[in-house]
Amino acid sequence: MNHSKLTAPPGGVTDAPMQSRRTCDRARWRFGWAIAPIAMLGGCINLTAPDQPIVIELNINIRQEVIYMLADEAAETIEENADIF
Amino acid sequence: MKTTKCIAAAGAVSLLALGILAAPAQAQRDPAYAAARSSGEIGEKMDGYLGIVGTETPELRRLVNDINIKRRAVYAQKSQEEQVTLDEYALATGCQLILKTVPGEKYQAPGGVWETRTSAPPKRDPRCPPA
Repeated sequence: MNHSKLTAPPGGVTDAPMQSRRTCDRARWRFGWAIAPIAMLGGCINLTAPDQPIVIELNINIRQEVIYMLADEAAETIEENADIF
Repeated sequence: MKTTKCIAAAGAVSLLALGILAAPAQAQRDPAYAAARSSGEIGEKMDGYLGIVGTETPELRRLVNDINIKRRAVYAQKSQEEQVTLDEYALATGCQLILKTVPGEKYQAPGGVWETRTSAPPKRDPRCPPA
């Protein structure tokens, strides 16, 4: 009879699509876990503290010719105040 | 007897006064400052002031601040006399001070890195006049 063939086919008709969906889910899961650390790393910025002091030059109003002109004068000042230089 | 004592006392006082007056003329570096300099604990910065090279201690900080305040006072007075800015005078002095460091002493090279002076010419700020 055709009826029994339809309701109970060998192997089961309804089982096949279920199986494929489950494997698909598992693969998606695995993929998710695999990319998670990469995604996390992408969001991280590693900062390392410099071991040298950061020097910011703010002396933008220093005139080169003045520095040259003061060379001898500065040397004299150093001699006069030997205790603090 | 009383007068001789008096004269002796007056002599001692005048000698003491002479000693005090003569002291600044032959001023030398304070022993603690000289020691910290030669051991490389403190060094000459490019800006004309002293800096602490390694780990900071309260003693070193006090020593450095004390000298830097005195230096600033000198720079302030001299820069006014020369009609230049304090920073210009300080930098010009810093150029000379780094040049005058002796081998073993520390100085700050352009970029802020502490260098130990060798017999070779020091690495100075590009604004410094040639030695």
